[in-house]
Amino acid sequence: MHHSIEVQNLSFTYPDGTAALKDISFSISPGEKVALVGPNGAGKSTLILHLNGILTGQGVVRVCCLEVARENLGRVRSCVGLVFQSPEDQLFSPTVFDDVAFGPLYQGLPPPEVHTQVDQALEAVHMLNYKQRISHHLSVGEKKRIAIATVLSMRPEVLVLDEPTGGLDPRSRRSLIHLLRELPLTMLTSTHDMLMVREIFPRMIILDEGRVVADGPTDQLMNDAALLEAHGLENP
Amino acid sequence: MHIHFLDPYRPHDSLIHQLDPRIKLVLALAFILTNTLVPNGAWPVYVLLFTLILSVEILSEVGVSYVLKRSALAFPFVLAALPLVLTIPGEVIFSLPVRPWTISMTYPGLVRFISIAIKSWISVQAAIVLAASTPFPDLLVAMRAIGVPRLLVSIFGLMWRYLFVLVDEANRLMRARAARSGYSGRTRGKSGGSLAWRARVTGGMAGNLFLRAIERSERIYMAMLSRGYDGEARSLPLARIRTAHWVTLFLSVTLLVILLSFAYLFWG
Amino acid sequence: MLPAPIAMHIPDGFLSVPISIILWIVIIIMIGYALKRVGADIGERQVPLMGVLAAAIFAGQMLNFAVAGGTSGHLMGSAIATILLGPWAAMLVITCVVSIQALIFQDGGLLVLGANIFNMAIIGVAVAYMVYRTVQLITAGKSWGIFLGGFMAAWLSIEAAALATALELSLSGTSPANIAIAAMGGIHALIGIGEGLITLGALAFIYASRRDLLQSGEGAPINSKLVWVIGLALALLLAVASPLASSHPDGLEWVAEQKGFLNLAKSPSYEIIPDYLFPGVSNTTLATIMAGAIGVLIVFGVALAVAMMRHRKTTSK
Repeated sequence: MHHSIEVQNLSFTYPDGTAALKDISFSISPGEKVALVGPNGAGKSTLILHLNGILTGQGVVRVCCLEVARENLGRVRSCVGLVFQSPEDQLFSPTVFDDVAFGPLYQGLPPPEVHTQVDQALEAVHMLNYKQRISHHLSVGEKKRIAIATVLSMRPEVLVLDEPTGGLDPRSRRSLIHLLRELPLTMLTSTHDMLMVREIFPRMIILDEGRVVADGPTDQLMNDAALLEAHGLENP
Repeated sequence: MHIHFLDPYRPHDSLIHQLDPRIKLVLALAFILTNTLVPNGAWPVYVLLFTLILSVEILSEVGVSYVLKRSALAFPFVLAALPLVLTIPGEVIFSLPVRPWTISMTYPGLVRFISIAIKSWISVQAAIVLAASTPFPDLLVAMRAIGVPRLLVSIFGLMWRYLFVLVDEANRLMRARAARSGYSGRTRGKSGGSLAWRARVTGGMAGNLFLRAIERSERIYMAMLSRGYDGEARSLPLARIRTAHWVTLFLSVTLLVILLSFAYLFWG
Repeated sequence: MLPAPIAMHIPDGFLSVPISIILWIVIIIMIGYALKRVGADIGERQVPLMGVLAAAIFAGQMLNFAVAGGTSGHLMGSAIATILLGPWAAMLVITCVVSIQALIFQDGGLLVLGANIFNMAIIGVAVAYMVYRTVQLITAGKSWGIFLGGFMAAWLSIEAAALATALELSLSGTSPANIAIAAMGGIHALIGIGEGLITLGALAFIYASRRDLLQSGEGAPINSKLVWVIGLALALLLAVASPLASSHPDGLEWVAEQKGFLNLAKSPSYEIIPDYLFPGVSNTTLATIMAGAIGVLIVFGVALAVAMMRHRKTTSK
C-alpha cells in the first residue's frame, strides 16, 4: 500500500546526549490531514526535520515510497514540502517571485515551467499580484502564505507545516485555516492550535517526551480529557 | 508595511525608473568616469555636466532637493583635499605669515581643490539617482549583467534581504540601552561610565547581533535545503535589453564623449 | 540619520583613474580566488552565513558609543569578521558591506569602490588575520590570547586601511602626502582604539555564549598561510611607505620630480587655454557664463517637459 509518509522505529539523539525521539512509528496515507500535537519539547519539530532528511536518526523514514537517504534527498525534498515556523527565515530572497521560484529552479526545471509553477503556487494561496513585491515589506500573515507558496511551487505530494497559525491575528489565522482546508495535499501539521485541529484535521498524533502516546481520530482523542491533560493539552 | 527609513528607493513611474537597470548602472559609471577624467579648471564643462545630472534628477521625479541633500553627506571628505590649496606651487593669491612659516594659498591649488570638490559632488549625485530610481533586486540584475560572479550576487541578495531586519534589531538593542542609561542626578561629576566600559557594552550588543545572525543563517540554510538547495548559485536567465534602451545608452555615451573631448581640447 | 562614517570611504573624484583601475584589478583577482577558497572551507552554508553576517556587520556599524567631544565611534568590522569566519569569507563579507555602503548609501564612490574594497576588505582583513594568528600562535591558544589578538587585530586593521587610504590619496594628487598620512594615521589611531574595544566586547559576548564559534566551526584557526603572508607584506609595505612619503613636503611633487612631470604639475591651468574658445569669445569666464545659460535653458526645458507629462498623466486618468 502506498503511504505518503512511513516512519518505522525512528529514534534520534542530539550530539549533546539528549534523546529527542524514541522509537516512533506511524504512517500517513495519501490525502490524509494529520495534526501533530504535544507539549513544548515533545520533539515535534525534531520529528519534522527527519521527514526531509535535514536530520537523520535510527530507524526507517520513507516518503513517497523513497527512503530518506543522502542519494534521494533531491527527490525527497520535492515530495515533502516543509514550511517552517518563522516565515522570516523562509523568505530569504529579495522578491516574492525569487523565493517562490527557488524550489522549481533547484529542481532543474526550464525557465518557462518555473514561471508557470510560480504562478500556480501564488494562485493557490491567492497572492498572484504579490509577485514583484519585496519580501521584507510584507506583513506576518502575508509572509506565512508566501512561505507556503514557496513550497507549493515544487508540487510536493505532502505538505508538512510547523506551527502555521503561530503569531497570527484572528483575521489572518482564519484566512490561513481556510487555505489549509482548501489545499488538496496530504498534510501533517505540528501545532498548539487545538481549535484548528478540530476544524480541519480528522486525525491526531500526540507526541510527548519523544514518544507517540496516541494516534487516532481527532474527535475521539479530544473527548479523552484525562489523556489530553496528561500530555499538557486542553480541549478548546 | 512601509519602506524602511534606510531604503533610498523612491518608487515613481518616471523615464529614469523605467530605464533598464543594466543600462542605468553602466550610464552612471560612464558619467562618473567622465567626471573623473575632465581636467581641472574646465568650469564650463562642469556646468554642462551639472546640467546633465540635474536634468536626470528632474526626469526621475525623485526630487532635486532630495538628491542635493543626500549629496551633502559625502562632503566632509572634501576636507582631505583642502590642503592642496596651500601646497600646490604657483601664483600666490593670499599669504599669512605664521612665524616662522608663511602659509600661502595659491591659484593653481585653489583651482585644483575646487575642481575636485565640484567633480566629486556631481558624481555622487549620479550614484544617488541610481539608488533612488532602481529597486535593489534590479541592481542585482545589473550586477550580474556586468559580470559580478553569481555566488557574490547571491550573497549580496541575502545581505540586503536581512539588512533592514538586523538594523531594526540593532535599533532595539540601542533603545534598550538608552532606556537603562538614566541620569540619576545624585552622582556628582560625569555619568555614563568610562569610555572602555561604554565600548564594551556596545561590543556586547554587536556580539549579540552577530550571534543571532549566525543562528539565523543556520535556520535560513535549513529552509534553503528544504527547497532543494545544493550549494550552487542558480538563477533564471536575464531578459533581453530592449532596443530603445540600447539607443539611450549609445546617445548618452556619445554625449559624454563629446563633452570630454571638448574639455580636453581646451583644458587638457 | 546616517551616523558619521569612519573617514575612510573615498568618494568619486578623489583618486586618479590609473590608481582606481590598478586596485580594481587587484581586488577582482583576490575576490575571485576568495570565492573559490570559501567554497572549499565552509561549503554549502557559505551563502546564508556570509550574507546574514554581512548584514549584521552593517547593522553593527549603526551601534555607536559616545566618544569624548560628541563624536561617536563605531565598527568597521574587518577584524571580527576575520575571527568569526576566517580570512577568505571575511574578505567577501566586508566586500559586500563596503559595496552596499557605496551603492545604496553613497558612502564611498562607485568608480573608486575597488580602492575602498582593497583598503577595508583586503588590507583590513589580511592584516587582521596576520595579527590574530600570530598572537594565537604566541599565546599557544590560551583564551586571553583571543582577546588580546582580537584587540590588536582590530586596531591594526583600521590603522593599515587608513594609511593605505592616505597613500592612495597622495599618489593621486588629491592630498599632500605629509598632511594626509599624518591626519589619517593620527585620527584612525584613536578610532582604532574604539574598534579594538568594540571587537573585544563582541568577542567576550560570543566567548561567553558560544565559545565553540571561536575555537571550531567558523572560527577555527582556518589555516591560510597565503593570507598571513599577504597581511605581513602589506603591513610592512605600509610601515615603510608611510614615513617615506610623508617626509617629503608634497609626496606627489617628489614623485613628479623623479619622473620629470614637475613642469606639467606646476603650470597653472589657465595658461593652457588658448586665447579664444568660441569665435569672438575671449576667456573662460565668458564661456562658463554661456555654458550656464545653455544649462539653465536645458534644465528649464526638461522640467517643463516633465510637468507636462505629469499633467497629461493625471488628466487622462
